[in-house]
Amino acid sequence: MTAALETFINNPLGKSVTIKDVIEDFEFLDDWEERYAYIIDMGKQLPDFPDDERREENYVHGCQSQVWLIHHVDDATGKLYLLIDSDAMIVRGLAAIILIALNGREPRELLTTDIDELFEQLDLFRHISPTRGNGLRAMVGKIRDIAAAQAA
Amino acid sequence: MTDLSVANTVARQMFDVESVRKDFPILSQTVHGKPLVYLDNGASSQKPTAVLDAMDRYYREMHSNVHRGAHTLGDRATAAFEGARETVREFLNARSTREIIWTRGTTEAINLIANGLAGKLKAGDEILVSFMEHHANIVPWQMLAERTGAKVIPVQVTPQGELDMDSFDSLLGENTRILALTHVSNVLGTVNPVQQLVAKARKFDVITVIDGAQAVPHYQPDMQALDCDFYMFSAHKLFGPTGIGALYGRESMLEAMPPYQGGGEMIERVSFERTTWNTLPYKFEAGTPAIAEAVGLGAAIDYLNRFDRAAMERAEQELLARSNALVETVPGMELIGTAANKVPVISFKIAGLHPSDIGTLLDQQGIAIRTGHHCAMPLMDFYGVPGTARASFAFYNTLDEVEQLFTALRKIQRLFA
Ligand SMILES: Cc1ncc(COP(=O)(O)O)c(C=O)c1O
Repeated sequence: MTAALETFINNPLGKSVTIKDVIEDFEFLDDWEERYAYIIDMGKQLPDFPDDERREENYVHGCQSQVWLIHHVDDATGKLYLLIDSDAMIVRGLAAIILIALNGREPRELLTTDIDELFEQLDLFRHISPTRGNGLRAMVGKIRDIAAAQAA
Repeated sequence: MTDLSVANTVARQMFDVESVRKDFPILSQTVHGKPLVYLDNGASSQKPTAVLDAMDRYYREMHSNVHRGAHTLGDRATAAFEGARETVREFLNARSTREIIWTRGTTEAINLIANGLAGKLKAGDEILVSFMEHHANIVPWQMLAERTGAKVIPVQVTPQGELDMDSFDSLLGENTRILALTHVSNVLGTVNPVQQLVAKARKFDVITVIDGAQAVPHYQPDMQALDCDFYMFSAHKLFGPTGIGALYGRESMLEAMPPYQGGGEMIERVSFERTTWNTLPYKFEAGTPAIAEAVGLGAAIDYLNRFDRAAMERAEQELLARSNALVETVPGMELIGTAANKVPVISFKIAGLHPSDIGTLLDQQGIAIRTGHHCAMPLMDFYGVPGTARASFAFYNTLDEVEQLFTALRKIQRLFA
């Protein structure tokens, strides 16, 4: 697990890369091709997902593609670290943006984040319907469940 | 010029896709700022104005409950409703309207039969299906098997997506009681040689059930020629409304079957001592039916009858041929289902791309297709894919739309490069 632990802690998404960066970047993209090229590019920044964690209990249901999500709570800081993987590129990109918004936060603080509002700022929902099996809702829902369990 | 070619010219004039498109108001809209290219007809097709108007007119001028009121509106509604049944009978070339049962669609029709045949099955009996069935033609049989101790056995398909005839011949036998087969595969587009297979099955006294959901949008099946016991389809895939479909059943089979649901309309007489069933087809139609929808389905068939179906079929085959020819323009694209006899449906994968990525990025370009397992998980497992992308065409699609699909696919590929 130590390799995975490092992956958790060293994940730049949500640390050196912040949601503010993404919001600013998005403002410069003016058609669907650029926006999706950007999202696909974000997906490539997801850290490697440990192979042995692709297990049923880490599977996120409700997506058309296969999505896995694992978490780790750092004892010292109480922060919640997340890793997500998918076999669909656009889902990977969306997962990366979710991690940028929610990774490495304290569970209580995470729960106060209005993710819908964030996505609206990104103008993401206008272009990507959250209901179309891309797993946006399912991923965010699972993260919130994990945070709620930790905060309890 | 021979007589034949004159006939062909006339037929082609009678089927002009650009004028046909004007009959479908929904097609002339934009999605994400691009003209809509609707290639998800296998899931549900669009409705011509003739259907919308017929349903509207029904509610404005004739609605009442059917077979009941002693008044003029009741008579009008009943005439429209039973008129639609006669239209379906003629469409299927059934012998009598007693053989045409209204259902909510294909799924309900199969459940109705599976339920009605329970008394005929015992432990060890076999229900033959195939690997290319929609879940609607698998799960009701599994539920029946659960109840009766029968077994559901799938016929293999070949890598090209045709039914494996050796597998069929080896599985069909003395223990087979029911053959439940799709006429046309919703994923592969394969047209199965159902007439030949029904004939083989009948030699063993097997009850034959043919799922026509994906066939009727492309072909007009003939019940007397096909000689199956049951055949069913959904109106919404046949350019008609949702919420209604038709079940054809051989009269003697329907007579022998118990009712599906109990309630009004399906009874002759009710008392606490003894309740008796209504005659066919009403025995299987408990409760107030989907009257306006039946009228809409009748109007859809009337609409199709305006055209020369052979000309429509040729136009559809041109769509398929153009699609097949363009596959090689998209590197890494591979068709799943290359049967010799196909309706215009292409399921495909593209190396390195997930079907859901393809679907999302086509949608951005105004193109609607279906991605996923298409309610045919056993078939997905057979091909070892999590899902496919599927473009399914209707007679109102154009060769230009086929070109647009492939241009859009090449664009997507560049995006991922
Ligand atoms: C081959 C086949 N059978 C059955 C069905 C089920 O039809 P419905 O959902 O209209 O009942 C479908 C629909 O996708 C189908 O393609």
